[in-house]
Amino acid sequence: MEKARINNIEIEFEEGTTILDVAKTLGINIPTLCHHPDLIPTGACGVCVVEVEGLPTLTRACTTPLEKGWNVQTNSARARNTRKEVVELIISDHDMDCLTCIKSGKCELQELAANLGIRELTYPKYTDKKPVDTTSVSIVRDPNKCILCGRCVQVCSEIQTVNALTFAERSSETVITTASGEGMGNSPCVNCGQCAVYCPVGALYENSSVEAVWEALNNPDKHVVVQEAPAIRAMLGEEFGMELGTLVAGKMHAALRRLKFDAVFDTNFTADLTILEEGTEVVGRIKAGKDLPVITSCSPGWIKFMETFYPHLRKHVSTAKSPQQMFGTLSKTYYAEQKGIAPEKIVSVSIMPCTAKKFEALRDEMKDSGFQDVDFVLTTRELARMLKEAGIDLKTMPDEPADDPLGEYTGAATIFGATGGVMEAALRSAYFLVTGRELENLDITPVRGLKGRKEAEVDVDGIKLKVAVAHGLGNARKLMDKVSAQLANGNCEYHFIEVMACPGGCVGGGGQPWGSDMAMRARRGQTLYQEDKSLPMRRSHENPSVKAIYEKYLGQPNSEKSHHLLHTHYFKRSQIDGKVVED
Amino acid sequence: MDGEHQCLCAQKSEEELYPELDKIIDEHRGKPEDLIMVLHKAQNLFGYLPKKVQEKVALGLNVSLNEVYGVITFYAFFTTVPKGRHSIRVCLGTACYVRGGQGVIEKIKKDLGIKVGGTTEDRRYSLDVVRCIGACGLAPAMLINDDVYARTKPAKLTEILEKYE
Repeated sequence: MEKARINNIEIEFEEGTTILDVAKTLGINIPTLCHHPDLIPTGACGVCVVEVEGLPTLTRACTTPLEKGWNVQTNSARARNTRKEVVELIISDHDMDCLTCIKSGKCELQELAANLGIRELTYPKYTDKKPVDTTSVSIVRDPNKCILCGRCVQVCSEIQTVNALTFAERSSETVITTASGEGMGNSPCVNCGQCAVYCPVGALYENSSVEAVWEALNNPDKHVVVQEAPAIRAMLGEEFGMELGTLVAGKMHAALRRLKFDAVFDTNFTADLTILEEGTEVVGRIKAGKDLPVITSCSPGWIKFMETFYPHLRKHVSTAKSPQQMFGTLSKTYYAEQKGIAPEKIVSVSIMPCTAKKFEALRDEMKDSGFQDVDFVLTTRELARMLKEAGIDLKTMPDEPADDPLGEYTGAATIFGATGGVMEAALRSAYFLVTGRELENLDITPVRGLKGRKEAEVDVDGIKLKVAVAHGLGNARKLMDKVSAQLANGNCEYHFIEVMACPGGCVGGGGQPWGSDMAMRARRGQTLYQEDKSLPMRRSHENPSVKAIYEKYLGQPNSEKSHHLLHTHYFKRSQIDGKVVED
Repeated sequence: MDGEHQCLCAQKSEEELYPELDKIIDEHRGKPEDLIMVLHKAQNLFGYLPKKVQEKVALGLNVSLNEVYGVITFYAFFTTVPKGRHSIRVCLGTACYVRGGQGVIEKIKKDLGIKVGGTTEDRRYSLDVVRCIGACGLAPAMLINDDVYARTKPAKLTEILEKYE
């Protein structure tokens, strides 16, 4: 431990700790803008400048380790004035239409300007309007809002290793863009939306379907049904000022009814169904020793990543559709038949913590019902905006269950929203499918938690199943490199692998509430495990509605009808523009 | 420069140059650290770096297209637009700047309708800025191909440019 002073207060610190982090332990929050706890500090914006007594120039607190004997002044006249100047310069390159900005009230630049007491601007107002990038069905990029902090580039290249966004040009011409400025829809972008999650301003956000959903809800000729992903119930409350990690499943169903959806179902139902389809596939392939390992297919960001960077692994990816897409198909087939509603009248809406789900819903092959299976995908944020517009306060809602027959769910389904959850849910049922007996201890803790790559070995009646879990595409890349190398040598150690595109799994999705970090993702995950523990049924194959759909409609898991409606296939994509290419 | 990859763009069509590019890429296949060297050679070959060349380099060296694009746009040496038949280079070194080099540039930009670094659509002219050509006594100075123009006056420029077909 070394000693130094910050604002004349003596402090002991561990060598190598930044001024910013040491100051925090003293309760001194140095203003920052480009800094984010999940990302490696770059010192790009210069907002965190502080004065070190005796040093000729100001120092960036986020990247400079505190040194023995220093006295740091965080609020000297020079530091304060420079900081304000920096923020004013950033604002002069920023389109200040705050009132109509999607980030209004949640914008880190807005908050910073307010905190620093910036009341007038010395520099000319920004007028050089650049075109907004709407080429992606998932994400909109508005360069007029971009402040070049570089967080999006960092997360896209370092954490997700997709490399869709980059800095280009130099000096005052510097921009963040896609290669050749062709737009995110013409890049290898996998639509994960982590760029939007980390953007401090309103430069990156979801391509919204809110208006289209309002229109459907107001159309008396349409029967509008809705499904909500497992993770929504662990994060929607945050949008209404509820404590982080509050479980709002019941309130969410009630609020959606008040938005006048004709039927409020739950993606958790098809998560259970996914386990039976995927679990049966896994068990079948393990018994046959064919195309192992099996890799999960729920995460559409992962699927596009795999199609782009690991197309040779396609035959290993489960053919089971994601729960969203299973639901979409069943809403216009099974449900339509059961209720006697013409499928063309049904509008199938999903609420997802995810921006890639928008892309998934629009994939050409996702039309097994004879129609586009899922019509509109709303992120958590979009649903919150609709509820607020309608004056519905989630906090005051009663707890209501989802509707039948696509609403009942088990604890196995709810943990789909956290990394490792699909694996855990699958193992609970796979054990039963193989042995005919129930797994006693349902908590498979080695696959839980935020470690980037997790492994476990599960004994299923003498068969040792080796499983692995990766979340965040950088982690998935490392695992897939290893798997590819092992497959090339003819002996892959794994039987079953779960991959989620977003760090933390769906609770960390690109459609989560703004202003999140990894600690918040972890907390939401815990909420899902708590709900799992509290539910009377925790194994997907116990779900009575799932049993009913097999009895009444699908026959068996992996039956011909199941294959037709609930399974899909994958393509090879170009690393240049993400478009489908011939094999 | 590397003798075996002299710019062949004047003699061969762009399509005919791709086998040459493949040879260059093959020498550096899977080596991201050779990116700048390969781009250099590719630009020597084509005279500029069109998108297809960028894509081939990216896939060949196993770097993202983004990284290629970031590097190309960062360094002034690289260009994504083909050069014109006549290269106009206006000096903006200190002396030329002080004596009105910027005015020369503005006039050319207006006349030709292009930006600095740009090429006219008919590929007749391209315009670049250089920092000091060692002719400070002649400021503001300008080069068109190898011809030096001294004490350039914006009013004379239209006439000068006309001489280059």
